[in-house]
Amino acid sequence: MTVTNSFRTRLTAAGCLLVALAQPVGAAQVLHIGNGADPETLDPQKAQTVPAMNIARDLFEGLTRLAPNGEPEPAAAERWEVSPDGRVYTFYLRPGLQWSNGDPLHAADFVAGLRRALEPATASPYGPVFRVIVNGEAVLNGEFPATALGITAPDPQQVRVQLHVPAPYLPGLMALPAAAPLHPANLQTDGAAQVSNGAYVLDEWVLQSHIRLQRNVNYRDNENTAIDTVYFHPTEDRDTELKRYRAGELDITYSVPQGRAAWIRRELPQDLRLAGYLGTYYLGFQCDSGAFAAQAGLRRALSLVIDREVLAEKVLHGLGMPAQHWIPPGVAGYQSPQSPDAGLGREARVVEARRLYAAAGYSAQRPLAFSLRYATSPDSRRLATVLAAMWKQALGVRVSLVNEENRALLSRMKRGGELQAFLWSWIGDYNDPSTFAAVLSSDSAVNYSRWHDAEYDARLLQATNAADLAARQQAYAQAEARLLAEVPIAPLYFYRSRHLVQPRVAGWVDHLLDYHYSRDLSLRQP
Amino acid sequence: MRTWILKRVLVAIPTLLVLLTLTFALVRAAPGGPFDSERSLSPAVERAMATAYHLDEPVHRQYLRYMAAILAGDLGPSFQYPGIRVSDLLAAGFPVSFTLGVNALMLALVLGIGIGFYSAVHQGRWQDRGLMAVAMAGVATPVFVVAPLLVLVVALHWELLPAGGLDAGWRSYVLPVVALALPLAATVARLARASLIEVLSQDFVRAARARGLPETAVILRHALRPALVPIVSWLGPAAAGVMTGSVVVEQIFDLPGIGRFFVQGALNRDYTLVTGVVLLYGMLIVFFNLLVDLAYARLDPRTRLS
Repeated sequence: MTVTNSFRTRLTAAGCLLVALAQPVGAAQVLHIGNGADPETLDPQKAQTVPAMNIARDLFEGLTRLAPNGEPEPAAAERWEVSPDGRVYTFYLRPGLQWSNGDPLHAADFVAGLRRALEPATASPYGPVFRVIVNGEAVLNGEFPATALGITAPDPQQVRVQLHVPAPYLPGLMALPAAAPLHPANLQTDGAAQVSNGAYVLDEWVLQSHIRLQRNVNYRDNENTAIDTVYFHPTEDRDTELKRYRAGELDITYSVPQGRAAWIRRELPQDLRLAGYLGTYYLGFQCDSGAFAAQAGLRRALSLVIDREVLAEKVLHGLGMPAQHWIPPGVAGYQSPQSPDAGLGREARVVEARRLYAAAGYSAQRPLAFSLRYATSPDSRRLATVLAAMWKQALGVRVSLVNEENRALLSRMKRGGELQAFLWSWIGDYNDPSTFAAVLSSDSAVNYSRWHDAEYDARLLQATNAADLAARQQAYAQAEARLLAEVPIAPLYFYRSRHLVQPRVAGWVDHLLDYHYSRDLSLRQP
Repeated sequence: MRTWILKRVLVAIPTLLVLLTLTFALVRAAPGGPFDSERSLSPAVERAMATAYHLDEPVHRQYLRYMAAILAGDLGPSFQYPGIRVSDLLAAGFPVSFTLGVNALMLALVLGIGIGFYSAVHQGRWQDRGLMAVAMAGVATPVFVVAPLLVLVVALHWELLPAGGLDAGWRSYVLPVVALALPLAATVARLARASLIEVLSQDFVRAARARGLPETAVILRHALRPALVPIVSWLGPAAAGVMTGSVVVEQIFDLPGIGRFFVQGALNRDYTLVTGVVLLYGMLIVFFNLLVDLAYARLDPRTRLS
């Protein structure tokens, strides 16, 4: 049996008839989406990459989903309640929910999904974001069985989640594919998603060619779903994707080639959709040894002379936004503190940088020399070259650029190899300051700067245990202010989600987390 | 002849074993592992993953386990696609690469031999010089220039054929096949021309002409076969290379062939997938070289299979 056939699920004749009846008279609506890479799996608990999760969101519906501003809104659950101490969430399911095969969908299926996400045997990449749930950490570490997890179904219509600390972002987490309900049939087919509860069902998966989804006639809101068939095409090469888009083979692209940004702005201004996104590209300094250890002044000097407007406009062609702080704008209820450098003009920044540079013991005769590592890509190379030029011009710093393949650099960062300075990025997992703030805590596995700061850690702990939202946000703001003063990392630019969307696609709304559910879209008839 | 083939196959086995061993060692020597990712997995999860894929065993044990599986015909599970076997991935990608490769090769041979022989017959005249200039340009123009140009003109400007993907059946193959075939055809044309010119200067051709045979008969009946020999020897490695996926063409046209699996596998440190593709490449090269040697024997009576 070929891969294709084993993944093929077929709509029954009766199902097809229902589709036909539910449709207004007219041609079937078929949407073609460029999806970056072939997904590694369609198992929602195992999905990790953006391409996999884009498809998982069409196949599976969580208790909540995210509105365009990043706020959670009801999905499989019609509403939820929070206990006064913010530690118990009760989700109430809509009545009459069904799986795509007609089986009833109960609260217990959601409980089973989350338990599976935290079980070590599943190796779910997103399991750890649920460690705020009671016993989450112990289950993740294999110390307790998954049944000990603080999530229960007191009755078939209710899911109750208990947290060990208040986490106002919990309803948002429930929109992640990892929190999707679990149907036993899906455990039999590795990664294939035979049965689903979202607006679509998997029809065909041809590896590296396409994934085809068909309307789920048992979906709760099927009558308001316009698109009948969705194709996800792997489009690894951005230039090829652009050509296929121009040829009308794709309705929506996964991205936009940076080098073609100016052309696209000129030729396809109506189709280009740029929007704020929860991601920050940064320059990291190795803080545990080498030239930058215990040298906050030197790190700040290098950050001061970076002209972020030039990076965003000239190097990124407007596809990024200059970043003066770490946590991107738009994060729920959060306002980043002003950077200590914000008030300084271009010249004042250079003067201050030279002062700090000299104070660190460097001069024209004895210049600072270090290597800057970046992952292989033309965009990073251009950025690194421009940074090196800015430092050389303002301070006389000598930088050697070291280009490493992505996994090689990641491995070096994770395993404690020499770094000095590096370019990397962080994309938030959910809409909350904690997903960014936690990156630089002392015990974080992704704190590649290896910066250990007691004050920063204390602020994070304070935020985690904060009694009310205002105190929580304030503690995060203080932590970020500390970060901006110490400069273990220098934020360079905020990501923007970038897509091309054909004018015939209706219902596309820019989204802070770049979530786009096919069921919200429709095709205008010519 | 049967013994000869059997001997060749037996000799190929140690070659393939060495190839496998080298690949096994090299992919593991590359920094970064298949499960390195931005997400910090708990130690329990990392242990579970390592155990599931036997990465917690000493390397020599992993090697013996892998080799034993290969001998039993099992290429192992893919690291990149959980739950999918490498053999399934190869089975999915090979037909695409094969169709693309065979068609490109045929087109290249027809075009190349035609142009090459025509030039040889008109050696030194304007037709020859013009065609060889074009062929030289063809050899010098890489696929990644030809392919986007074809897409630009044929798919975007004329809107005759799809720009990528496999959704349009045979029409999806036209542009990739042409893009892959053109540089190959240029090489074949140069080979064919040089070879025919050499053959035409030999004594047996002169003898044929002296007997008063018309030029067409001289070429078709006497010169053709010996003139094909260099092309056939080029064909062996070229066929294996083209068939196992022209990575660039597959990438530019979004085709789901083996070449893409290979590149993605290497980038994702999918150890079993990379080793599986290399094994397939190795087997194909052995196979095509065998075919070439058999073809030699047919074309050149001086060659003996021994």
